[in-house]
Amino acid sequence: MAAAGATLAAPLVMRHAALGADPIKVAGIHDVSGGLDIYGQPMVACLEFAVAEVNEAGGLLGREVQLINYDPQSNIQLYTQFATEAATKDKVAVVHGGITSASREAIRPILRRFNTLYFYNTQYEGGVCDRNCFCTGSTPAQNVQKLVPYVLKNWGKKVYIVAADYNYGQITSKWITKYTREGGGEVLGADFFPLDVTQFGPAISKIQAAKPDAVVSALVGGSHVSFYRQWAAAGMKSQIKMASTTCGDGSENILLSAAEGDGILAAFSYFQEIDNAANTAFLAKFKVKFGAKLAYVPPELPMRTYIGFQLWAEGVRRAKSIDRMKVIEALESGISLDTPAGKTTLDAKTHHCTLDVFVAEMQNQGFKVLETFPQQPPLDTASVCDLAAHPNENQQYVVDVKI
Amino acid sequence: MDYALIVALQIASGIATLVIISLGLAVVFGMMRVINLAHGEFLMLGGYSAILSYQAGINLWIAILLIAPAAVGAIGLIVERLLIRRLYGRMIDTMLATWGLSLALIGGVNMAVGNTVSGFPAPLGSFAIGAFRVASYDLFLIAAAAVLALLIWLVLRFTTAGLIARGTMQNSEMAAALGVSPDRVYAVTFAIGAALSGLAGGLLAPISGVVPTMGTAYIAKAFITVITGGAAMLTGTLAASGLLGAVLTIGTFLTTPVLGEVALLAVAVILLRLLPRGITGRFFRRAL
Repeated sequence: MAAAGATLAAPLVMRHAALGADPIKVAGIHDVSGGLDIYGQPMVACLEFAVAEVNEAGGLLGREVQLINYDPQSNIQLYTQFATEAATKDKVAVVHGGITSASREAIRPILRRFNTLYFYNTQYEGGVCDRNCFCTGSTPAQNVQKLVPYVLKNWGKKVYIVAADYNYGQITSKWITKYTREGGGEVLGADFFPLDVTQFGPAISKIQAAKPDAVVSALVGGSHVSFYRQWAAAGMKSQIKMASTTCGDGSENILLSAAEGDGILAAFSYFQEIDNAANTAFLAKFKVKFGAKLAYVPPELPMRTYIGFQLWAEGVRRAKSIDRMKVIEALESGISLDTPAGKTTLDAKTHHCTLDVFVAEMQNQGFKVLETFPQQPPLDTASVCDLAAHPNENQQYVVDVKI
Repeated sequence: MDYALIVALQIASGIATLVIISLGLAVVFGMMRVINLAHGEFLMLGGYSAILSYQAGINLWIAILLIAPAAVGAIGLIVERLLIRRLYGRMIDTMLATWGLSLALIGGVNMAVGNTVSGFPAPLGSFAIGAFRVASYDLFLIAAAAVLALLIWLVLRFTTAGLIARGTMQNSEMAAALGVSPDRVYAVTFAIGAALSGLAGGLLAPISGVVPTMGTAYIAKAFITVITGGAAMLTGTLAASGLLGAVLTIGTFLTTPVLGEVALLAVAVILLRLLPRGITGRFFRRAL
């Protein structure tokens, strides 16, 4: 044990000796407690991993990167407080964080006002148009647009939607409806649940009465895991198929037993199971550092957090500065990285990413990748947002979904 | 027809859930007049007792039906001896003390197991009614609520212990004059109330999952049910659960889960305006 400690400590000492100047401060704001901790904890692990990786390679601009983690405890008020603190007290170079869309919209205006660069690394409903903000996760034109056609083609045309009752769920439900109708399908009903609902009995009966071919869920958070549990307990798994825009993000595949989870379909921009050299290398290194804390890297959010940090680091290297405007301009110069999730290119017009999307099925507490859609551009946001033409825009467009 | 049966079953299950989460509070608050704001945390402790002992390899049914109530009953006994017994008759002080206890329990469990949702699959599988499938565990919950209510009624109505407990709650000085130790009766009654809450937590754990803050989701509903029920603790709780559970479930079916909860609260408010002393303040006045 002591020997292991010494070998682990050695690079740390050398690093500090090598990096003389003041560290570059970076803030992470993620819920690692409360109902959203199922998302936050893996995201923080991946952010820590990304920072450590950059530091081991000599830091940025010859300076060490110092990560300051805040835990808003699934409480929006704390988000605004911590964003203000990160921007004014810590004077960080960039903030990575925000999990729900509600939390993002709470801190985005604050960080813009304080001229602090902001990275939002979560899949979300799309439409954010703000030159100070980079969104590195996938959006409905990338994930829902792959998930729904698969459902319609393989399972049937009649769909029932269950979603979380806030902006993400409401808007995603519109996208699901849009793609279902475009694919010649029909939405039989949609139910919305506040984040603390744990009783889904009546909803499950309503779905059975509607007799859909498939249920598409956009449920969010720890409480909503009960839905899948009660769905399986009612014996519905053998009756009606289940797809989800979110299931897996919160390690639901681990929280549910294989019997409860097997067969749930999901579409994300990363699964631990995807097969490429960068992913194999990433997982091997990651498991050594965080394997004990995080045995399975959940889809999408943690990987986008890792990539988000790498993109920012690449921006700093190209700008040769941590000055906000210089980094933004560098990031808009068409940065493209080979990541464990495949190639990710930052789109200058929308500040969103062109990325690979995968459709996969939950199997044995993991996922089995069924289809791959390389290099999907953020078409939804691109239809409403052009920051090259209008650099002063600052709003989230609710993309007009024709339904 | 099948659908009507399913809706009826869901209503019964909604009522049973209210009965289960309220019975412990009915004993502690309805009978002993102790405002226990840590009632939700007793449920939470029951849930954790069940889940942790299940994960330790103990049989699921023993974990839910024996360990959860026994563990929380013991905790209730300790709480009564250390805290509650100094505060009988001082309602405001009891509220403050139990609120503090509630915060301490949430914080303590949070430190011990972390603020993460844990759960285990509901046992018993499912069965079909026509074209519909229902979890058998729902039926088990309905049966459990009925058996619990029946047991409490039998104990209060037909046993000496029940008689002594009721007598002591009504007039502790007279009970003491007759040779009963009110101190001991209070302690045992509080522990039984806590054990019922623990059992409720264990019973609900497989369907709702367990998290340190889960109590807050239940405590308001439990208090509303017991207060709407009124003076007769058992009849009142059953009547109020029947009414509010039905309103909640039918509201959820017809509209959304949010409006279902709103309907429950609206009915409770209107009812208490019309019957300030609860349902049993007007009806079933001589019932238990």
